[in-house]
Amino acid sequence: MSTTAKKSQNPLPMKERIKVPRQLMPEQPAEERAHNFEEVNLGFSPELAQQEAVRCLECAKPTCTVSCPVGVKVKEFVELIVVGDFLGAAAKIREDNVLPAITGRVCPQEDHCEGKCLLSKKVKPLGIGYLERFVADYEKRMGTHVVPNVQPTGKKIAVVGSGPSGLTVAGDLIQKGHKVRVFEALHELGGVLVYGIPEFRLPKQIIREQLDYMRGMGVDFETDVVVGRTVTIDELMGQEGYDAVYIGTGAGLPQFMNIPGEHLNGVYSANEFLTRINLMKAYKFPVYDEPMLDLHGKNVAVIGGGNTALDAIRSALRLGAAKAYVIYRRSDAEMPARAEEVHHARQEGIDFQMLTAPVEFLSDGKGWLTGARCVRMELGEPDASGRRRPVPIQGSEFDLPLSVAVIAIGTSANPIVQSTTPGLGTNKRGYIQADETSQRTTRKGVFAGGDIVTGSATVILAMGAGRRAASSIHEYLTTGEW
Amino acid sequence: MFKIIHAQFLAPGIKRFVIEAPRIARKQKPGQFVILRIHEEGERIPITIENSEPARGTINIVVQSAGKTTHLLNSLDTGDEILDVVGPLGKPSEIANYGTVVVVGGGVGTAMAYPTAAALKRAGNRVLSIVGARNKELVILEHEMRAVSDALMITTDDGSYADKGFVTDKLRQLIGNGTRIDLVVAVGPIVMMRAVAEMTRKENIHTVVSLNPIMIDGTGMCGGCRVLVDGKSEFACVDGPEFDAHRVDFAVLVQRNAMYRDAEQRSMAEFERVAKKEAEDYDVERACAVASASRQGDQQ
Repeated sequence: MSTTAKKSQNPLPMKERIKVPRQLMPEQPAEERAHNFEEVNLGFSPELAQQEAVRCLECAKPTCTVSCPVGVKVKEFVELIVVGDFLGAAAKIREDNVLPAITGRVCPQEDHCEGKCLLSKKVKPLGIGYLERFVADYEKRMGTHVVPNVQPTGKKIAVVGSGPSGLTVAGDLIQKGHKVRVFEALHELGGVLVYGIPEFRLPKQIIREQLDYMRGMGVDFETDVVVGRTVTIDELMGQEGYDAVYIGTGAGLPQFMNIPGEHLNGVYSANEFLTRINLMKAYKFPVYDEPMLDLHGKNVAVIGGGNTALDAIRSALRLGAAKAYVIYRRSDAEMPARAEEVHHARQEGIDFQMLTAPVEFLSDGKGWLTGARCVRMELGEPDASGRRRPVPIQGSEFDLPLSVAVIAIGTSANPIVQSTTPGLGTNKRGYIQADETSQRTTRKGVFAGGDIVTGSATVILAMGAGRRAASSIHEYLTTGEW
Repeated sequence: MFKIIHAQFLAPGIKRFVIEAPRIARKQKPGQFVILRIHEEGERIPITIENSEPARGTINIVVQSAGKTTHLLNSLDTGDEILDVVGPLGKPSEIANYGTVVVVGGGVGTAMAYPTAAALKRAGNRVLSIVGARNKELVILEHEMRAVSDALMITTDDGSYADKGFVTDKLRQLIGNGTRIDLVVAVGPIVMMRAVAEMTRKENIHTVVSLNPIMIDGTGMCGGCRVLVDGKSEFACVDGPEFDAHRVDFAVLVQRNAMYRDAEQRSMAEFERVAKKEAEDYDVERACAVASASRQGDQQ
């Protein structure tokens, strides 16, 4: 019997469900959180979670699940929340998503599950992200992760990169009975989850717990290994005896605008700025050794409109910036950042300079940044991305005084694995070629996914690729067919 | 954790460590470096690999005390451990038979120049080496460099050893003598590399320098190590660390390397203050211990 025919456990009649308002996420007051790195969202109580869960319309064809890159069975886990079986709900999510505490926090739900929620045609969509986060946190508080017991297959898989995509592959494959070892280039595990996403959006403790859980399932981790330099893919599959390799090396080198003054002291890439803060804890200098420029009372701007840009500027605000600007060349509608982050940033007092682009960074004559010369833009015809192309308005130049500018306009492919792996196909932009369904590369036994295949994207898309890769790796290892 | 098998000062403030790092030892090639971190609150710093022994699973690194981290590192000894060592990073030197190669090593840069000189020699080149240091004590790897060079010239700034002057004086002599030079490789302080580049540019001699910009991850992620090469951003960790000296904007490199000078000085001052206090406390403790021991002796 399909679950759709089963009698609903939800006590509310359909007509009543739509009348229940979407429950608000309790959060730190904006004026307080703008000065600390504590998490912005505080999480649902069990009561709030159940109050939200009863809004689910239990669609016969759940578009939420279809539009989820990892296919979380939303309707089923939400129903378990309705009946108060929170651990059951967590286990249900874990069938498809090994990182629920993380995706519940950073996934752009409006582009996936919540964006497709039937409720949103009339009222606000079901708070699926909030509910996912609730059950994951509940499960953690109860300390009752269930570690599955499986028959070992004797196969060994090397996972390159411990970011969201690599962790997903590792989590899925260990549950199939394979041996999995994850190699990480940095000294800390988690990839972009630790060096990129700040504490106030994703506490590092969550990642540490996730990693402990994975260790408990039997996943091995090795830090300080730059695959391509410390060991090559060929050596992993040769001397080290791995049966398959998954490459999830993530975002590459930052792109710059190639405008005058970009080499001035005070101009950072977002990757460097965030790495100093999140991974190296430079804001705790001199307790921590890594330095960063003092932002207290300074004007700081980020250039770009994605999640990375908002993470950088909201960090700058928390580090004492007097003025914190987002300079974005398109308009609100085109901003790729998560809606909730834009909303939070506005509440915190970030100054959005939309339809604006820097044309030059200004100097004090001694190599230090003093400002940005900017130009206002208007939107013209759609460009290759389908979004309306920003066109400079003649004579609209103005100077914005700045001490620090952070460039967050995207990344390009990291070349290390590609350049040291003969026969590994890449595309024109240098990213690894991988089949969209099987994540197979042009090399037998080698799979790839996440940003190193697609270019900069989101945590959940990288996890989706990891999910597909894990199932395809399992199939390859079981059948031996390529 | 990476174990220090052997540690030894080569010169005042310059120490060589033999570290157990089998993966890195297997892969290391001349021109490459490691990044290391010595404690949980530590920064990541790039350090020269002088040599490696794959069979033993060890690498040699050479460290000059400059800031807090290098001072701490140089206080470590045989049997101690280093928290993180990652590498080998960067592209290896391009080794080929060029003909006659002049290898210039300035100060601790000699440690980076040495494996490249050795590889160039093995590739059949005539290797003329110039090693420069501030004074006699700071001349390092003389024996090693001599062993891989057809000729070795040494200069000291103060004339306390070999010839008084700079490495560029020797290079100028070589050029002036009409020595045919097919390639110059220069590793050392930025001012030295810039001076070499300016000299060889006029003579149209291909010149390679190994740059040491500010760096964090060293794996092609953060972009902190960007250098201006031919007016474009390149990254020392994946595109370098060796670059065509005539295309490098040294002024920008000098400016960017000074970005954290205040912080570095603050960090070092704090480190020295704590070290001094610990030493004083230790002295007081020892004085107390001596005093109490002698009291006990009196009682007996």
